[in-house]
Amino acid sequence: MSYLHSIFVAPFADMADAPDFFLQVVWEGLVSGVLYALIALGFVLIYKSSRIFNFAQGIMVVFAALTLVGLHENGVPALLAVPLTLLVMFVLAVGIERAVLRPLVNQPDIILFMATIGITLFLIGLGETIFGGANKVMITEQLGIPTGSWVVEPFGGFVSVEQKDVTAVVGAVLLVIALLVFLNKSKMGRAIRALGDDHQAALSVGISLSTIWVLVWFISGIIALATGIVWGARAGVSFALEVIALKALPVLMLGGLESVTGAIVGGLAIGILEKVFEIYWGQPLLGGNTEAWFAYMLALLVLLVRPQGLFGEKIIERV
Amino acid sequence: MFYRIAGQYKTSYGADYALFPIKQDAWLLALILVFAFVVFPLTASDFMFRALLIPVLIYALAALGLNILTGYAGQLSLGTGAFMGVGAYACYKLITIFPEMNIIGAIVLSGFFSAAAGVAFGLPSLRIKGFYLAIATLAAQFFLLWLFQKWAWLYNYNASGAIQVPNTQLFGVTITGAQAPVLAQYFFVLITVCILTAFAINITRGRIGRTWKAVRDMDIAAELVGINLMKAKLSAFFVSSYIVGIAGALFVFLWRGAAEADLFDIQLSFRVLFIAIIGGLGSILGNYLGALLIVALPVIIGTVPAAVGLPISSAMVEHLNTMIIGALIIGFLILEPHGLARLWALMREKLIIWPFPH
Repeated sequence: MSYLHSIFVAPFADMADAPDFFLQVVWEGLVSGVLYALIALGFVLIYKSSRIFNFAQGIMVVFAALTLVGLHENGVPALLAVPLTLLVMFVLAVGIERAVLRPLVNQPDIILFMATIGITLFLIGLGETIFGGANKVMITEQLGIPTGSWVVEPFGGFVSVEQKDVTAVVGAVLLVIALLVFLNKSKMGRAIRALGDDHQAALSVGISLSTIWVLVWFISGIIALATGIVWGARAGVSFALEVIALKALPVLMLGGLESVTGAIVGGLAIGILEKVFEIYWGQPLLGGNTEAWFAYMLALLVLLVRPQGLFGEKIIERV
Repeated sequence: MFYRIAGQYKTSYGADYALFPIKQDAWLLALILVFAFVVFPLTASDFMFRALLIPVLIYALAALGLNILTGYAGQLSLGTGAFMGVGAYACYKLITIFPEMNIIGAIVLSGFFSAAAGVAFGLPSLRIKGFYLAIATLAAQFFLLWLFQKWAWLYNYNASGAIQVPNTQLFGVTITGAQAPVLAQYFFVLITVCILTAFAINITRGRIGRTWKAVRDMDIAAELVGINLMKAKLSAFFVSSYIVGIAGALFVFLWRGAAEADLFDIQLSFRVLFIAIIGGLGSILGNYLGALLIVALPVIIGTVPAAVGLPISSAMVEHLNTMIIGALIIGFLILEPHGLARLWALMREKLIIWPFPH
């Protein structure tokens, strides 16, 4: 009985007792949720336009952040390092399209998936060879991101809000809006969506497959850089980031592989729920560190009810 | 010329479906077995056994298990590492709870624990398909890994959190533990792998294997012709996880000697998946070729700079190694997406007609 009480009653009583602490937990979860959503967005863009399940998105985040910090360490001013990093990401996109995607066109999904794991290994090796395996500090101040924190006082308690987290959330929202406008209004954006709908039809009206693929991988690179900056400001730049990027997979599954909305909603939901679960159930009852698996289990439960995810296209199968 | 098939007539359907339709295949296998059982034990050094032969066999076995699930039954799994872990921890618990138990018995039984875990996490496959199914196996991967770290009973409340393999004996020879002779360990692994491979070859050729292939090619069509999808998918999860679990037990007991939970992380799952894919999905031979490539490459690349005399630090070698392996994986996928096994099949076709062009 007391066990049931500690599962079903005590955590909610704790939440009601200290609403300011609860808000703090939710805010922390929201910030990591934004980052999951950003990584998942990179996945969705590539999946929509080429049906490639891009495992390398996580390492692209690390690689972009490492390039930025590495350039700065070698004397490039911070504001010049950003466009230079974008240039590197563009070269990477062209390189991947030329060397990996073009020869593998029309292969089964799993082969392309494996190829992106190959890209991941290659980029890990390349990054370590050039920049070394040590942890680095993100150049937060040099980029003009405020580092102080505000204290908000709801319900008579207090919630501390870091300014760089606010910057991250605002930046992510702006990035998503820009992306949605680009996808829906511009000619290139419409071409990307056309390619996502039907490869052959898109080809027959003169949309160039290879140009679009380079473009899509480049956009993913931009998103990766943005994610890298925000996450690096919170936790430092290291290859451990790649494991965190794996969290984007349950986010995607939860939201549905083809849906931009799904990536955002899924990211926020998983970010908040896993923090709340960890604080109120994981640490007191299960010995902590439940964040390692909570997202996957949640996605699995949702998929059992909706096999295509919350916002995914309904899977219709014919024989 | 060496593979001439002239004069080998088939006079019955049975002969057409034989395991070795051409005599030369059987001879080749016999030659490989002679090498494995006689030549290597007589010539190889301890380093060769520890760094190359034993890991190749164990990784090939794990890939074989995965290949049954992914290559034959078409269910993508990213949780192989965790299922290997279940086998290893189960074997450890069995040996420490029942110290009199024979090591063979412990390993055979430990497979059933990972098979049960595999079936449990395979249940969602009845509803979820393709990449979405990968999430179920990823959930297994991360949840089980967390369990290995947090459930102290599993590692007997060791302060280090690691499991240490106890000494066990078989026919008076020490098989596991620090003092075990490497030759005995090699033979133990080799015989286990041979038995399981023979089992896998026959199960994939038979009725069960054919239902798996039907499910892989199109599950709705398979259901329409009367195949019980639940039975087919869950039996694939069962057999696959059983083999993977035994590979995990061998991995810790006969190779590593000790293990922490982190050993069974997602990198291990990916390494096994690479072996299965580079070797060739839906082939038995491919697992061995893939394991040979993935295990031998780092060893070879690691020795090259020292041999040539390049002054490179060992950390740099490690980094370059990762990079080269990534590039090679992409290279092999482009060269032959169906894996090394297909490459061998093509070569064999050429050998049969050689030296004539047609």
